[in-house]
Amino acid sequence: MSIPLLEVQDLHKFFFTTRGVVKAVQGVSFTLSAQETLGLVGESGSGKSTVAYTVMGMYSPTGGKILFRGQDISVSHERRPLSLKKELQIVFQDPGSSLNPRRSIGDILALPLSIHGKNNPGTMKERIEELLQMVELPPEYVSKYPRSLGGGEKQMVAIARALAVEPSLVVLDEPTSALDVSVQAKIINMLVEIQKKRGLGYLFITHDLSLMRNIAHRVAIMYLGRIMELAPSRVFFEKPLHPYTRMLISSIPVVSEQEEKLKPQKIIPRGEIPSPVNLPSGCVFHPRCIEREELCSQKEPEMIEAEPGHWVKCHLIRT
Amino acid sequence: MKKRTVWGKWWYKFSRNPLSVVGLCMVCAIVFVALFAPWVAPYPEHAGPYVNYGEANQPPSLPHPFGTDAFGRDILSRVFFAFRSSLLMGMVVLAIVVPVGVTLGLVAGYFKESWLDILIMRITDIFLSVPPLILALAITSVLKPNLTNAMIAVSVMWWPWYTRLVYGMATSLRNEYFVQSAELLGASKFHILFREILPNCVSTILTKMTLDMGWVILIGAALSFVGLGEQPPKPALGTMVSDGARYLPEYWWMAVFPGLAIMLIVLGFNLLGDGIGDLFSLEEA
Amino acid sequence: MSQPLLDIQNLSVRFRVYGGYLRVLDGVNFQVAPQERVGLVGETGCGKTTTMKTIMRILPQPPGVIKGGKIIFKGKDVLGMESWEVERMRRREVAMIFQDPTAALNPVFTIGEQLFDAIRYATGKEESDHRFLREVAIRALEEVALPDPARILTNYPIQLSGGMRQRVCIALALACPKELLIADEPGTSLDVTIQDQILRLINRLAEERKMAVILISHSLGVIRDWTERVWVMYAGTVVEEARTQELFAQPLHPYTQALLKCVPKLTGEGIAEGIPGRIPDYFDPPSGCRFHPRCPYRMAICSQEKPRLYGTPTHHVACFLYQEERK
Repeated sequence: MSIPLLEVQDLHKFFFTTRGVVKAVQGVSFTLSAQETLGLVGESGSGKSTVAYTVMGMYSPTGGKILFRGQDISVSHERRPLSLKKELQIVFQDPGSSLNPRRSIGDILALPLSIHGKNNPGTMKERIEELLQMVELPPEYVSKYPRSLGGGEKQMVAIARALAVEPSLVVLDEPTSALDVSVQAKIINMLVEIQKKRGLGYLFITHDLSLMRNIAHRVAIMYLGRIMELAPSRVFFEKPLHPYTRMLISSIPVVSEQEEKLKPQKIIPRGEIPSPVNLPSGCVFHPRCIEREELCSQKEPEMIEAEPGHWVKCHLIRT
Repeated sequence: MKKRTVWGKWWYKFSRNPLSVVGLCMVCAIVFVALFAPWVAPYPEHAGPYVNYGEANQPPSLPHPFGTDAFGRDILSRVFFAFRSSLLMGMVVLAIVVPVGVTLGLVAGYFKESWLDILIMRITDIFLSVPPLILALAITSVLKPNLTNAMIAVSVMWWPWYTRLVYGMATSLRNEYFVQSAELLGASKFHILFREILPNCVSTILTKMTLDMGWVILIGAALSFVGLGEQPPKPALGTMVSDGARYLPEYWWMAVFPGLAIMLIVLGFNLLGDGIGDLFSLEEA
Repeated sequence: MSQPLLDIQNLSVRFRVYGGYLRVLDGVNFQVAPQERVGLVGETGCGKTTTMKTIMRILPQPPGVIKGGKIIFKGKDVLGMESWEVERMRRREVAMIFQDPTAALNPVFTIGEQLFDAIRYATGKEESDHRFLREVAIRALEEVALPDPARILTNYPIQLSGGMRQRVCIALALACPKELLIADEPGTSLDVTIQDQILRLINRLAEERKMAVILISHSLGVIRDWTERVWVMYAGTVVEEARTQELFAQPLHPYTQALLKCVPKLTGEGIAEGIPGRIPDYFDPPSGCRFHPRCPYRMAICSQEKPRLYGTPTHHVACFLYQEERK
């Protein structure tokens, strides 16, 4: 098998706070290949953003390894070489705060080009226009400031900035969750298009399962710092195995009868996510699980491959 | 419907508070008379070593709207010339203090919890813990009392305020996603400090500078009041108040008019400062 | 339809800006029957929240200017009410909860203190009987299914999770019986499972207390699950109104149709292209139908005249396409 674009092995990330140790991520492993979109789904506090930020080097991992094309990059971004920064880019959730309000769109897009480009000021203007064209914004936006753009347009600029350095892996941290669906549709289509053209790998962080159904090739669901289930998108939605996945899918508000039929039998969600400082014993989901057994509160289940490519972490699932 | 122009929009934002406009007019008037003092002052020669005991101690009248002092000099003319040294002091002090204070604050704030932060901020704290006027008094009394040394003294005590101000902003701005994006792209520290963080501090710094123009002038007046600023016979507002105070209450105009002039400057810059803050706010008009 | 509880007629609101006005609401009509659960759906900046703020008389003026229209609540025009009448309406008749429960609670007071104040305010009595207040407060927290209410009374908002805070906000809003609850995106900042719980709670309380609910949301799925009738807004105008089932089975307005297409589906059929163009500039909005520049079916008349509502008694649509068919 060829070397995957990104491989995360047994990743741990703890934060040491005055309230205690926050175990944000515990034993997360996955791979991502070029041209693939891996959806990392979870509720707030599940650790999905921590995984993304650790991959980006915004945190250095407490344990485990992050391999990019087989090369160990488990350090913070300050210690990563410039050539590596060019390969990994991120688009943040809130386009309002990821663009500097005091810099023009032209300045914002010029930054990646001047750092990583061949430094030819003559072509800079053209390159910026190309970038704007790629995200379907008119060239006169060069002199505009972020505040005069709509939310979707700002996110387009943020995407253009990330893609300006021609990365091979892009982390998308809820890029559309602050936007309206009509704008989301535009951005998602554009992202898919660009992925096809450039063969990018996307690590897509989101809480929106319906969105993942439509664009992710594989979906991993996280709960309290662990991956509970990982499967190809189609299987994940048609045959969810983990009780948490089923609860989540059954709570999604949908807009048509056809979708309603696809949802598993309604499981009324109960309880809230416990604090990651004080994790439940055994399977971390057991206090909210309707199918829990004696064993669940005592021993943490192993991740098993229930079917080829379909991984799940639950005592009820036996191969 | 009016045409919407950039200037119009700026003026709309600025003038929504009528007091800012009042402040702007006051500041413009003061700058104007200071700049053109030799031409607008009725008796420009009175700003120097001029003596005419025949005209001494005259109350306000048409030829001398602010009256005359104990040497027979026209107080209005002297106030106009005193504005020059006051404004000069304000500008020079800010020109020294702002670049120094802002740079230190940016560096300390961005490298929070590093040794740089600790070093810079502890020094800042030490300066801030000494009462400002006392510090300035101490410095000027060691040096020779004149305008240059007064400016040095005020500068030494003033920079920590900018460091504190910018430090606070930089520590929160460094966590903004746009700073993180720049870091992840591999931007230099210089770029992040001066191109990403600094532009977001400019409006606050400008507002504080405008307000500080008034305060620096006030401190300057206080220093000249105790004889540590501009030396006679050159006119200074503080000196004029302290000289005039000896003739209170009979010759009240000698102290009151220079005092009012000080008030006018401080008030003008304060009102203008609020308007500057509105002008640079990100809120749309 | 019987006498509506709330009847908004031709409401127009503007915001004063440099050089003119933003025409934020342009002739909004909206009715809520007693005990009805109504949804108000639309994208960011379409005027949903402005409409609700105008009803509660909490629209900041200036810059807001109410240009025209009426808001009849229980037969009385809210816009013409004296301030004590507005006060009484907020105490006794209409409650509102907001999207962000963290911002709606004061971080320096305990839940108990805030709840006691709300109860005093709602009952209108300067009730200093602590035992009475405590009893009502505990009952209110039990109503919103918060575990261990006695302990929660002594907690500060920061000690509670987002979902619990929203429950507290609901308890605060409904400390005394109300006839209308306006819920402005009550679950949007929360996770789906928690959102589900909150909406379930609002629904249960509405039924138990025979209360009407206006649920404001940008999520079509939420609206479909929790309302009986729905109003779709676009750029400060109402474009469609129908029974919820009817609207989702057969959306009529081109905007509603396009919007529904954009929602990612569980069926995994891919995502539609989105709606071309962008939300209009309120400073100089399009003439006629405000959607016409983005509409695939636009006709000559669309840019000339503002469409009125056409359709059947259970399904109204502001679109000239339906001018003839459905008289």
